[in-house]
Amino acid sequence: MKGAQIFVESLKKEKVDVIFGYPGGSVLPIFDCLYDAPFKLILPRHEQAAAHAADGYARSTGKVGVCIATSGPGATNLTTGIATAYMDSVPMVAFTGQVKTQLIGNDAFQEADVTGVTRSISKHNYLVKDVKDLAPTIKEAFYIARSGRPGPVVVDLPVDVQMQETEFNYPKEIELRSYRPTYFGHPGQIKKAVKAISKAKRPVIIAGGGVIIAGASNELKHFAQTIKAPVTTTLMGFGGFPSTHRLALGMPGMHGTMYANMAITESDLLISVGCRFDDRVTGKVDAFAPEAKIVHIDIDPTSISKNINVDIPIVGDAKNILGQLIEEIAELKKLPDTSAWNKKISEWKKKHPLSYRKSSAKIKPQAILEELYKQTKGKAIIVTEVGQNQMWASQFYKYDYPRHFLSSGGLGTMGYGFPAAIGAKVANPDKEVVVIAGDGSFQMNIQELATLATYDIGVKVIILNNHCLGMVRQWQELFYNRRYSATILKNPNFVKVAGGFGVKGIKVTKPAEMKKAVKNMLSSKSAVIADFWIEEEENVFPMVPAGEAINRMIGGMA
Amino acid sequence: MKHTIQALVENKFGVLARVASLFSARGYNIESLAVGETQDSSISCMTIVVDAQDERILEQIKKQLHKLIDVITVVDFTRKEYLDRELLLVKVFKKEDNQKDIEHFLKKYPAKVIEDRKEYSILEVCEERHQAEEIVKELKRIGIKELVRTGRIAISK
Repeated sequence: MKGAQIFVESLKKEKVDVIFGYPGGSVLPIFDCLYDAPFKLILPRHEQAAAHAADGYARSTGKVGVCIATSGPGATNLTTGIATAYMDSVPMVAFTGQVKTQLIGNDAFQEADVTGVTRSISKHNYLVKDVKDLAPTIKEAFYIARSGRPGPVVVDLPVDVQMQETEFNYPKEIELRSYRPTYFGHPGQIKKAVKAISKAKRPVIIAGGGVIIAGASNELKHFAQTIKAPVTTTLMGFGGFPSTHRLALGMPGMHGTMYANMAITESDLLISVGCRFDDRVTGKVDAFAPEAKIVHIDIDPTSISKNINVDIPIVGDAKNILGQLIEEIAELKKLPDTSAWNKKISEWKKKHPLSYRKSSAKIKPQAILEELYKQTKGKAIIVTEVGQNQMWASQFYKYDYPRHFLSSGGLGTMGYGFPAAIGAKVANPDKEVVVIAGDGSFQMNIQELATLATYDIGVKVIILNNHCLGMVRQWQELFYNRRYSATILKNPNFVKVAGGFGVKGIKVTKPAEMKKAVKNMLSSKSAVIADFWIEEEENVFPMVPAGEAINRMIGGMA
Repeated sequence: MKHTIQALVENKFGVLARVASLFSARGYNIESLAVGETQDSSISCMTIVVDAQDERILEQIKKQLHKLIDVITVVDFTRKEYLDRELLLVKVFKKEDNQKDIEHFLKKYPAKVIEDRKEYSILEVCEERHQAEEIVKELKRIGIKELVRTGRIAISK
């Protein structure tokens, strides 16, 4: 069997159903086989979008996303998407064409050192130099991508390898002596954690993306309710614990809630589940949870004591470890009384809620999110771009279900949201998928309107159009003396642009029209691009200035 | 503080680049590096000597080293009992006035003459780190034409 056909057969074994791919000279043999392969092949209009779409597919389903591009520029265009997936632990296998084996290193046409370029932005990568290695490599790639702490794996396939013949044998099992993730928590560490829990008067749980990846949201709910601890969810952890739960604190950190940050600062025990203590979460490290003992549950040992010194590390899978903790806690005779602590927190919640100044003259972005939440009953998959749109989406829509909030948290990739939403919608055709975009970030992959039109993908896009790069402008306003250097945008007419691609566009400028516009948008089966002209100088508050302690928040209407 | 780190890795192309880039990405210079096959030809042993400017960062690098898919084990010998050696090959000028010094040197240190020419001798020295440093100092005084040395290798006791 030819290498290209082995590629197809291997992907069948991995139960792949969708491939996001862009053809080119070095992947012609594979695309020829894809022509009658049983996968849905989605052709985006830029390779970067293929990678983000595979990412959106993966985040919304938990399955491995697959993308493919040609050598050289095709591969380098994938890299932003690969890096995005790597930072947020998204399972993905990215295939790249490569020039003929004997030309590698010769500066051949459309050659790039793909394994070199992607080394530091992927979980692992391969250059397949012999067709006999192809099937085992694909098996390994999928295994590595989805196991342990998931991540993107790159497989570089020289064009001659795609044409070589060998027998197809797909390995059933895989065993790597150098890669053995730990899935269960060390019993001694579990005991230590439970002992700390049994003494804590002011516990706080911080839940990150690991909860989503491990599928641990039920265990987390059970655990939090058992020890009666409030739960703050990071951007990556949204939906891991229901936002509407009485123990929910919302998001911590730079644009988190005042009460989440206060709770962390005053807690005596911080239990982190699948969160890697990003600097946007911790703020000034010395002032982060100064009174707390810290329990850190993470499947990746390199996350432990990286940013924050940890007292009780537990390496393993969040679902397993929460289960172990719940079992061990059941043995306790008595749990500490946290009612005074929870009472204090509900007072903070009452005193410092997330809020904004309402307006009848200008549309407020927060109001759009609230309206969207109401009309979708919180059941839509929300995909964000990066910047103010992302923060408003995290503050004013509520997330009760895992895998319903997709956002580039680690890398902060503008241009992620729109193509990622395409991947999510392809994977979940019956779900409402809504992109919350800014006018700046939407233009970073605006060409994907063509993909929507081609495959009639019913993604809805809400552009929170403030005619500027809002988050950068906000920083310039607050910290750079309102010198709006390169942040004011002269935008195209988005309705006409969408129309030109064959996608419906609507423009909304008045607050009175907003509600109806959201309704119209949601009632459409096909894609709609809704250009909401919002208050231009609206800021995201509250806010912790960079490098400050997280309880030193500015803004926000208290 | 200097650390001697041993990593057993899969004997495959690309592994060295992965290991090296963990150090270089942080602006860490690898002081010496020795790579060779072990008794199992599918496993290579890398011995890395690095001067840690920040112990926390080094700790992180070691964890990330272990996280690399192709790395099997990582051991930091620094606070353990171990033996280390490096090999030096040195071309030493023969001049009228240094014959005595060379003879004296050969008596004092465990060096071997492996090539003897009219103008120069090639010496082979296999020693542990501190001794090797001392030997280099001594040889500089005598007059070195060329010096090459391997990276340090180490084994636990």
